[in-house]
Amino acid sequence: MLAFLIRRLAQAVVVMFVISIISFSIQDNLGDPLRELVGQSVSEEERQALRDEMGLNDPFLVQYARFAGKALQGDLGTSYFFKEPALDVILGKLPATLDLVFGATLIIIGFSIPLGVYAAIRPTSLFSKLVMGLSTVGISIPVFLTAIGLIYLFSIELGWMPSYGRGEAGMLFGFWDTAFLTADGLAHLVLPCFTLASIMLPLFIRLIRSEMMEVLQSEYVKFAWAKGLNPKRIYFLHALKNTMLPVITVGGVQIGTMVAYTILTETVFQWPGMGFLFLEAVNRVDTPLIVAYLIVVGAIFVITNTVVDLIYGLVNPTVKLFGGK
Amino acid sequence: MSLLEVKDLEVRFGLRKGDVKALRDIDFTLKRGERVGIVGESGAGKSVLGFSILNLLSKPGYIAKGEVLFEGQNLADLSPKELGAIRGNRISMIFQDPMMTLNPVLTIGEQMVECLMAHRKITKGAAREIALQKLKQVYIPSPEQRLDQYPHELSGGMRQRIVIAIGLLLDPDLIIADEPTTALDVTIQAEIMELMLELCERNNVALILITHDLGVVSQVTQRTFVMYAGRIIEQGPTREIINDAQHPYTQGLINALPQMGIRGERLRQIRGAMPTLQAVPQGCAFSPRCDYVTENCRHVLPGFTRSGGCQVACHMVEEMKREEQRSAEGSEE
Amino acid sequence: MNAIVDDNAPSMLQRFRQSHFWHSFCIDRVAQISFLVFVAYLIAALLAPFIAPYDPYDPATIDIMNSELPPSWQEEGDSAFWLGTDAQGRDLWSTILFGTRVSLIIGICAVMLQAMLGICIGLVAGYVGGKVDSLLMRMADVQLSFSTMMVAIVVLAVFQATFGTQLYQELAMLMLILVIGIAEWPQYARTVRASVLAEKEKEYVDAARVMGLPALRIMFRHILPNTLSPILVISTVQIANAIISEAALSFLGLGMPVSQPSLGSLISSGFEFIFSGSWWITVIPGLVLVGLVLVMNLLGDWLRDVLNPKLYKG
Repeated sequence: MLAFLIRRLAQAVVVMFVISIISFSIQDNLGDPLRELVGQSVSEEERQALRDEMGLNDPFLVQYARFAGKALQGDLGTSYFFKEPALDVILGKLPATLDLVFGATLIIIGFSIPLGVYAAIRPTSLFSKLVMGLSTVGISIPVFLTAIGLIYLFSIELGWMPSYGRGEAGMLFGFWDTAFLTADGLAHLVLPCFTLASIMLPLFIRLIRSEMMEVLQSEYVKFAWAKGLNPKRIYFLHALKNTMLPVITVGGVQIGTMVAYTILTETVFQWPGMGFLFLEAVNRVDTPLIVAYLIVVGAIFVITNTVVDLIYGLVNPTVKLFGGK
Repeated sequence: MSLLEVKDLEVRFGLRKGDVKALRDIDFTLKRGERVGIVGESGAGKSVLGFSILNLLSKPGYIAKGEVLFEGQNLADLSPKELGAIRGNRISMIFQDPMMTLNPVLTIGEQMVECLMAHRKITKGAAREIALQKLKQVYIPSPEQRLDQYPHELSGGMRQRIVIAIGLLLDPDLIIADEPTTALDVTIQAEIMELMLELCERNNVALILITHDLGVVSQVTQRTFVMYAGRIIEQGPTREIINDAQHPYTQGLINALPQMGIRGERLRQIRGAMPTLQAVPQGCAFSPRCDYVTENCRHVLPGFTRSGGCQVACHMVEEMKREEQRSAEGSEE
Repeated sequence: MNAIVDDNAPSMLQRFRQSHFWHSFCIDRVAQISFLVFVAYLIAALLAPFIAPYDPYDPATIDIMNSELPPSWQEEGDSAFWLGTDAQGRDLWSTILFGTRVSLIIGICAVMLQAMLGICIGLVAGYVGGKVDSLLMRMADVQLSFSTMMVAIVVLAVFQATFGTQLYQELAMLMLILVIGIAEWPQYARTVRASVLAEKEKEYVDAARVMGLPALRIMFRHILPNTLSPILVISTVQIANAIISEAALSFLGLGMPVSQPSLGSLISSGFEFIFSGSWWITVIPGLVLVGLVLVMNLLGDWLRDVLNPKLYKG
């Protein structure tokens, strides 16, 4: 366990270091903080004096060290647009984005496992063929088209769901706002969550099906049949547990993709999350916000990958989490 | 009544380009407690025969014709549930590669207990007790610990012992062992075979041993079936087949074995290779490789001829015997 | 592959027609239709300047008065524009033809870049092995876990902010190809590496090494040809993915500008008008895009079924 944690921690440090370097170069090259601070009317000498004062003429490494030192204390600069600490602005939008990710994950797990397993057990049935056909079509539809289609159908034509925004959010534990707690929030969640899920759902159905079909051909499943076990036990314990191993690994990789696609989903639905904020920040050249976003997203990657590894270790007995070899 | 009776069994594989016969005209009976061996090259259909008895053929294989009677009951007629009640309970199987047979994500204990609980109404504790006892029977050191271990923590030989213990869990009447030692080290092979022989004899279990190793067959079995290209071509008491094989193919197999005492002699191989199932020749399937081949062999499928205690599917059995006699007389003169 | 040269040897064409590949194509209706549609797309894209009735890049032919005309079969439609016009008054049919061309160029070029990078890295990782291998594969892992979209969005966003919109629009196509091309190399690298590891065990590689052939020659002349089927399979799917990524980036305003639209930016430009009833600006290019990606995915699936013996056996 200790070795695992240390390895993970080292990896996290490397990843965060890379992100911080990238972030810093962005900050260094993008936009002139002076312009934001003092406007155009100040003379060139005064600018230079200010530059010296702010340490902008220091060598790259010195500047980076200063940046990293501040970043470690949670100070990523002040958003030019919001005039507030960039990290606070981003973290304020984090719950809205996590709502989406959480909802989409629920949908993906809830649909992909039963459908994938069914399609693997009965590959020739009409329903399986339908599922597989639809999933091929699903992979081929870009997420923003799915979103537009859903909005058109459910908001404009049928008027069942709101087409944009987050609605009313409830408070969880007094500090975490989530749309899952109110009826209005839930109604606003449905379309964006299905949109976000639609990217990965077909992929996971196909993955689970093909992995499961391979496992069902394996000797140990054949042996389980030869032992005269109940088919349910064979499918859902013997086969499914082995099927899930590669699926979990892929799932870990796909979390990154999911976060990236929240940017698209939030843009289409004008969902007030981090991704939407990020695109706005890009358009406004609000460098501290861009940097803060990158660092928060990097942290999310590191955390989720660690969690996924932990889950994998718990499911797969050949990976030893606890105690060395 | 015999324990197992296979009548005129035919197994086919449904491929896109049409069906291929993997087994043809399989007929044999097995008495309670009897140990038989099925030998042949890989691809001869030995494993298919083993799996078809329990109807465990994987797609696209299916039983096209014939019956598999277990205590007079046709297994092909049973519902999946009834068949499940026989699998692992009355007839159990031991697979070739112990590295692949055990589920890697379940403990040994789980995999033993589930088998008992599927067939008997007993508590988990009682099932564990039986599992422990069976592990002792197959001479596994510190069996209590093993129950909570995962397969990857054990060696190949140990795993095969566990697979055998699982096979014995419910005191079956018949064990079908499909190349149980091929994947193991040579030193462990002999141990495992001895163990199987001992267990079968002690518990009066019938055994169908599928192997390509004539040595193993002679060590363990009482009767032997030789298979070639999906058919049984010679059957009879093991000792007779080893000492006095009638079919040219069986003779070839035995001649290809290194023999004790005769040094410096080249091993004789059978020329050519067994035909694939798509391209089994007309007439006797062995005819293209046979030294005694006649025009008749190439066109007419040979039936069984009795020869001593054996039954041989060869047109030339009598011919070869006469020739043998002639050469024996010739050398006497 | 290792045909003995004699006068009776079947020609390439004959051998191809007897192959499993050709046979499965002949019996698979879906593959045939997909292939035909794909070829139609390719022809349309290649010949866009000749087929298209108008030149969407030429402001002189565009009349803003013609904007948002519905397709010609609708009541208010104009027979001069059979699929209608977009918000700027461009003929939608011509714009779609050129948009398909842009999307396909970006998709194919990006995948060629991916393949070049990925194949080289994969060959080296698999052939050299050891520390080089684990370092390269670690990099691939990290790169993959960040996902193409994320990398592409960030890089393009930063470039756009640095260069300013004007300059960025001129460079957009090159940037898209570079970003999508570079971000997806691990797909190829992993596949090639896996095949190399499998091939390396085989005797012909040992033989080549014993004969003293240089490593580079062994890699490219002996190992690479044997990894072509998985490369072909993922290439189809990767082009589909690249086209979708490009469309998504364009939709976010990080891709092709409206003046030189790809299918994605065309859809994006129509999005604001969908609520006012001008559905065709979004829906028609959307269907064209989905059709293109779908046939590529279907072809990819079919290729995988045919070329991958592991799947075929099951």
